[in-house]
Order: sequence, then C-alpha cells, then structure tokens
Amino acid sequence: MNLILVTFIILLAFTSYYFGRKKALVIQSSQRLTALPKFYGYYLAAWCAAPALIIFALWSVFEPSIVKTFILQDYTDQNLTKNELQLIYTKVKALAAGTYTGNITNFLDESANKYIQLKGIANSAKVAIILAILIFSLSFAYRSVQKNDRMREPVEIFLKWVLFVASLGAVLVTIGIVFSLLFEAIRFFQAVKIFDFIFGTHWYPAKTFVRDGQPDPELMKDAFGAVPLFAGTFFIAFIAMCVAIPIGLLSGIYLSEYAGRGVRKYAKPIIEILAGIPTVVYGFFAALTVGPFVKEIGNAMGLEVSAESALAAGAVMGVMIIPFISSLSDDVMTAVPQNLRDGSYAMGATKSETVKKIIFPAALPGIVGSILLAVSRAVGETMIVVMASGLAANLTMNPLESTSTITAQIVVILIGDQQFGDPKTQSAFALGISLFIVTLFLNVIALSVVKKYREKYE
Amino acid sequence: MSKIKVENVNVYYGSKQALFDVSIDIAEKEVTALIGPSGCGKSTFLRCLNRMNDVIEICRVEGSIKMDNLELNSRKLDVVRLRENVGMVFQKPNPFPKTIYENVAYGPTIHGIAQSKEEMDQIVETSLKKAALWNEVKDRLDEIGTGLSGGQQQRLCIARAISVSPEVILMDEPCSALDPIATAQIEELIDDLKKEVTIVIVTHSMSQAARVSQKTGFFHLGKLIEFGPTDKIFKNPDNQQTQDYITGRFG
Repeated sequence: MNLILVTFIILLAFTSYYFGRKKALVIQSSQRLTALPKFYGYYLAAWCAAPALIIFALWSVFEPSIVKTFILQDYTDQNLTKNELQLIYTKVKALAAGTYTGNITNFLDESANKYIQLKGIANSAKVAIILAILIFSLSFAYRSVQKNDRMREPVEIFLKWVLFVASLGAVLVTIGIVFSLLFEAIRFFQAVKIFDFIFGTHWYPAKTFVRDGQPDPELMKDAFGAVPLFAGTFFIAFIAMCVAIPIGLLSGIYLSEYAGRGVRKYAKPIIEILAGIPTVVYGFFAALTVGPFVKEIGNAMGLEVSAESALAAGAVMGVMIIPFISSLSDDVMTAVPQNLRDGSYAMGATKSETVKKIIFPAALPGIVGSILLAVSRAVGETMIVVMASGLAANLTMNPLESTSTITAQIVVILIGDQQFGDPKTQSAFALGISLFIVTLFLNVIALSVVKKYREKYE
Repeated sequence: MSKIKVENVNVYYGSKQALFDVSIDIAEKEVTALIGPSGCGKSTFLRCLNRMNDVIEICRVEGSIKMDNLELNSRKLDVVRLRENVGMVFQKPNPFPKTIYENVAYGPTIHGIAQSKEEMDQIVETSLKKAALWNEVKDRLDEIGTGLSGGQQQRLCIARAISVSPEVILMDEPCSALDPIATAQIEELIDDLKKEVTIVIVTHSMSQAARVSQKTGFFHLGKLIEFGPTDKIFKNPDNQQTQDYITGRFG
C-alpha cells in the first residue's frame, strides 16, 4: 500500500515536470518566460512531490504510536507495568497479523479487531489526506505557472533545502551514534566505577556472568580494568608503526624525489593496493604465516614464543599501514614547490642534501599528519588482532606473548551469548567510546597539523 | 676577456628543439642581458650555464660550453663544484622556509666553506651586506625568510647566491615579480656586484636591459638573432627583427 502510494507520488512528480515544461513552452508564445522552461517543470514537480512526501513521512512516523495509545487505552485500569503493556501490544499485533500462537482471550481478540479496524481507518485517512494535498499543492503551483510567476528563485530555494536536509541527516546520524555510545557507557559506569575501569589492571568480563539476578559487586570491581587493553592497543600500534614509519617514509621519499616518472606511475598504485587488501586477508596471513614463522624463529633462538604474538599482529598491521604513510608523505613532498628544489640544486646541493635539508623539513607537518592518521588507523584495527594476537587480555610488554586490544575485546564481548543491560555487554560501549575519543583526538591533531601545512604555501 | 664561451649549443625537450646553434661569448665582470619574447629560449639557455637543465628529465643539451676552458657540457663535470661557482637567482623569489640566517648559510654549509661559527656569522653578514639587506634584517636573522616582502626575499636569494663567492651569477627575470622600487634596488645591486662577478641576466624589460647591461643578446624562436654591446643593440641594431622587437613592433 505504502509502496504504491510513494510510487504514485513520484510518477506524478515526473509527469508534472513534463507538464510544467510543456506549459512554459505554451506561455512562451505569448509572453516572455521568467526562467528556462525546465524550471517550470521543476517547480511543478517539487510542489507535487515535496508536501505529499513530507506528510507521508510524518504520518508513517506517528501513526504506530497513536494506534498503540488507542489500543492500550483499554488496559489502563489493569495496573500493568510498561513491559507488560509492551508485551500485550506485541501479542495484539501478532494476533491481527494471524501469526499469534498463544492462548487467545476474549479481551485480546477484541483488541486485535480494534487494531485491524484502526489500521484500516488510518490507511484510508492517509490516502485521502495525501490525495487532497496533492490536488491542493498541484493546483496552487499550476496557478503560479499559469500566471507566469518567477520560477527560478523558488526552485533554487527548494534545492537548497533538499541539500540542507541531506547534510542534516548525516550530522544527526553521527550525533545519534555518539550519544547511543555515550548513554550505554554511562549505564555501564553506573555498575562499574569509572576509576576501576580506567585504572584497573585486570580484564576478565566473563567471570561476572550470572544466570539470574545481579552479579556480585566484588567480582565486578576486578573484572573491568581496561589498562591491559589500552596497553595492548598502543603496544601493537607501536610495533606496527615501527614497521610502517621507516618503510613508508623511505619509499615515500623515493617515489617523490628519486623515482623517474615511469617508475612512479606504476609503483605508487601497486603500493596503494596494499591498502585495498581486506583486513581479514591480512588477518589470516598474520595468523597462518607470520605467527608460526615468528614462533619458529623464536624457538630456534631458544625463546618462548606463543603462536599468537603481538609481534606477528603488529608487523602485519604495519605492512597494512605502509601505503598510508608512503602515499601521503609522497603527496606532501611532491607538493613542496619546485622552485625550492631548484633553489637548493642551484646552490650545488645534491639530491640527498636537498631532501634532508629542504624537502623533508618543509613537508614535515604533512608527514606528521599522515603518521597520526596511520596511528589512528592502527589503533582502530580489529581483524588482524582478533586473528593473530589472541583474545586473552594479558598485561605484557613482551612482543612474543599474546595480548589483546580494545577492538578485539569488543568483538569478544558482542559475539555469542549476551543479554542487553548486562554490564558485560555494556562494557563494549564503554570501550567503544574510549576508542572513539582516542582516534578522534588523533584525527583532530592530524587534521590541524595538515591544515597548518597548507596555509604555509597557499 | 671572455669568461664563458658557448659554441653551437642545441637544446631539445624530448623531440622538440628549443635552442638552435647558439654561440656566444660572455665577458668577465660584465652584465650580459638576454632579451626576447616569451618562449624564445633565453631561460633555457641560461639554465645550460649551471646545468640546471639536468633536473628536467627529457631535456638534452648538445654543443660546447666552456668556462675558463673547462667544458661544462660533459658527463665528467662535477656539477656540485660548477654550481658553487655559478650561482642562480630565479624569477620568483624562492627563499627556503627556514630562518634568514639559515637561508644564507645554506650554501657555505653544503660546501664546507666556514670552519667555525664565527666564520659563518661573518659570511652571512658580508653576503647580506653585499645584497643590501643587512640593515633591514640584522636584528631578526632568526625569523623565517618567507616572511619578508617580495623585494627583500629576492635580495635574500641574491645574498644566498653570493654567499659561496661564485664567479658567475645567473639571473632569470629577477625583477618580474617585484614592484618598481624593489626593482630599482635590485638593479643597483647588480651594478655593484658586477665589480666582482660576471652576471648573465634574462629580462623581459628592455629598459632594464638597457640600464644594467654592457652586452645584450636578442633571442627569437630559439635562435640568437643578434649579440653585441648594449648601446649598439638598442640604438643601431644590424638586424631588422631586433629593430622591430626593440621598437615594440612584436613580442
């Protein structure tokens, strides 16, 4: 029903576009047009579609809750809790749809009938109202077209609002995500002290699991210490940066200053392919190839190495990040004006002197920006860690041991059995928002550094 | 006396020829001006004299360029030494994004000229004085060179070029991005410098060529049309094309 209605509105809008344009061509024969004929079409189409669709959207948002209020009115005298009311409403809906399998009481049956009736009224009212609006707005718009009113401005204003609504939507979704993280995290911090979370050194949420009722507060105190996770996250990111920064920077310098045009043309996309490999592929590469390799070498040297090591995960993550650094630093170094290079060469500087003394310092802010972006990528990386570095949150600084990160623990918490409202589940939101704050912080610094760099040359 | 002797130089960018059989004698401690319409090859020619064309991958130079009997257009030439001897000032002022001091000290550091901090200070001061910039910047040597005005930046670039005491300075339209007052200062500076160094200047402004140079060469479409004493070129050129260009009939 809804689909048919929306399709009808849209088809009508298309038709009115052609109709409006045609009308403009007719007007053209007797008087001067106020805009190009297509604006007449846009004007009619916008007036046709926009009011009807807005009303349709509002109706769809509010109709269910209004119907629900009507149904539940009959139950107000029974002193039911909110959850029980919700359950009854679900039953009524299921009964109305014919998918209910429990006991049918008379009362429920009555409600279901009422529900069907209300829905029917609502639907016909919706169709009637929308048709009325279509007729009204179309006739209003058509009269303006007939009078040859100014067409360009209303269309431009309409487009401005369409664009505004689109960007508003994106912003609202972002805010919504942040707030849902925040609220769940706050609920978590009502069960677990924020101090215990930030400074606790023991992460073992599974032990708080209790089948019914509330878990023991003493257990809670010692189960959600995030220090091992933060330590593990930054430790693995550090190993990754130890791999990625030298290789990325040196290859960036090669690409921008030394490589001939032919080499650069092919080498750069090939390096950038590294960034396009799905992280899960890196993950099994780390788990199946690099991990055992590290273990073998370590064992040969008489070291105790676990099969899942921070070193393997960090090293593979580093490889994944190389293109971020090499490609971005290549870009910022290439952007250093040629006349600075000329000035340096003309003084008799060699290529390496020019790179070291002129290009690199001039591009340094951009390079720092690219490194910070790479760090925030490393901190947020999940799959490689889950697959290659294990899930046990050890507090260790030994790269040969297994350790875990914030992201990997979020995965552990949210797969398998869980119930909402449980501190264990909510801890994922607390971890999520901590991670969000860390990466946001890194990104803000990185972007401001990059921006500063831009101002210097423009 | 001839400082640089150029014979039958041809320059190609890929398959396109930019200079055709250019031969010219550049006299020592004089200002030689190169004039001509845009794209006539005068900057290309200038860049042959310190091998800056090496930077351009597709550029190929043929012919003989001798400075004090040393062949410049040879694979065996030490380009670093050459550029220490032949400084260059570019069209757009291009100070490094470093302090004023570091800008001037750049060349001496690269070539290991100064033995001590005091000596370096001395070189920086002398160079800035010769470039007529010392009085304006002596109290802010640790400020960034790119923060100076356009004319000051260009004089800083000249100070940078003379810091390694070159024998030749090449100037590629050094005043085209400057206002008339800054231009006058640079021209005055060129006049002073020619007592010690040989200067080759490419310019779009014929009046500038007439004011600062002793010899003038007129380039057109990659060919050196006429070369001779500046007076003669401007008052009584042999070639009709030169005459037309000087009197503003084309270019």
